Amino acid sequence: MIETLVFYMFAITCVVSGMLVVTRRNPVHSVLFLILAFFNAGGLFVLAGAEFLAMLLVVVYVGAVAVLFMFVVMMLDVTIVEMKQGFLNYLPIGLLVVVIFATEVLAASYAWHMAPEAAANIQAPMTAAMGHNTSALGLLIYTKYAYLFQAAGLVLLVAMIGAIVLTHRRRKDSKKQVIADQLARTAKEAVVMKKVESGRGI
Amino acid sequence: MHEIGTTIGLGHYLAVAAILFATGMFGVFLNRKNVIVILMSIELLLLAVNINMVAFSVELGDLVGQVFTLFILTVAAAEAAIGLAILVVFFRNRGSIAVDDIRGLKG
Repeated sequence: MIETLVFYMFAITCVVSGMLVVTRRNPVHSVLFLILAFFNAGGLFVLAGAEFLAMLLVVVYVGAVAVLFMFVVMMLDVTIVEMKQGFLNYLPIGLLVVVIFATEVLAASYAWHMAPEAAANIQAPMTAAMGHNTSALGLLIYTKYAYLFQAAGLVLLVAMIGAIVLTHRRRKDSKKQVIADQLARTAKEAVVMKKVESGRGI
Repeated sequence: MHEIGTTIGLGHYLAVAAILFATGMFGVFLNRKNVIVILMSIELLLLAVNINMVAFSVELGDLVGQVFTLFILTVAAAEAAIGLAILVVFFRNRGSIAVDDIRGLKG
């Protein structure tokens, strides 16, 4: 009973905040509702028994991705007034496509049956011996799916290098140290000894 | 590791994921003025896919679904980083992030 209530709380909050993400005109509000949606999806994951992924969702999505979005939204400084124009041009066709899609998928999920052969194709069955969710996932990704895990790291590396290469630029108007010039300077050319007569200056 | 409860089943999770996915699609259709919101809609789509994966994984008792979710999460994070970087560069060059202004390849 309580599980049902909690499920509906998470599900409804997640869906409603998802809808607010796409309909708010102010992008800052959109990011905040995106964070709410991620939190509630994490709650759904906990309810389903995928605790590790729930924590990962909160840490990676809320902690990194959503904050990155927030940075960019704040940095680009787009006015809200100009956002409002042309908001409804694509509403009818979009609504049509989306309603048809949602009806179809909802009908499919309502009438879902597992094929009897599905149980035979299980690759990594959950067993009580694997312990809780986190240790079971750890046992898998460091052994059987180690290459997949490495590939995920590689994807992140490529993304990092790509983002740096794209946004890095050499600014012409900024002054900065040239270490080689500093090191090449000797005392002979930097310091001049002068004889100063008293009371006259140089 | 417990199964999804008797009252809340696979269908419920699939329904949430379906509605969330539809919302994400709607966001891509609706926003013609702001590419950032389209990127956020893509994040919503990937979140819906993740919910689907986890629901099936728990229903079947197969952990591969969750391993794959891990991979999707990684790809989503990478995609967000690259997308936002491209967006920043575009804004630097054009001073606008409206979808209607992005037609440099139209000829």
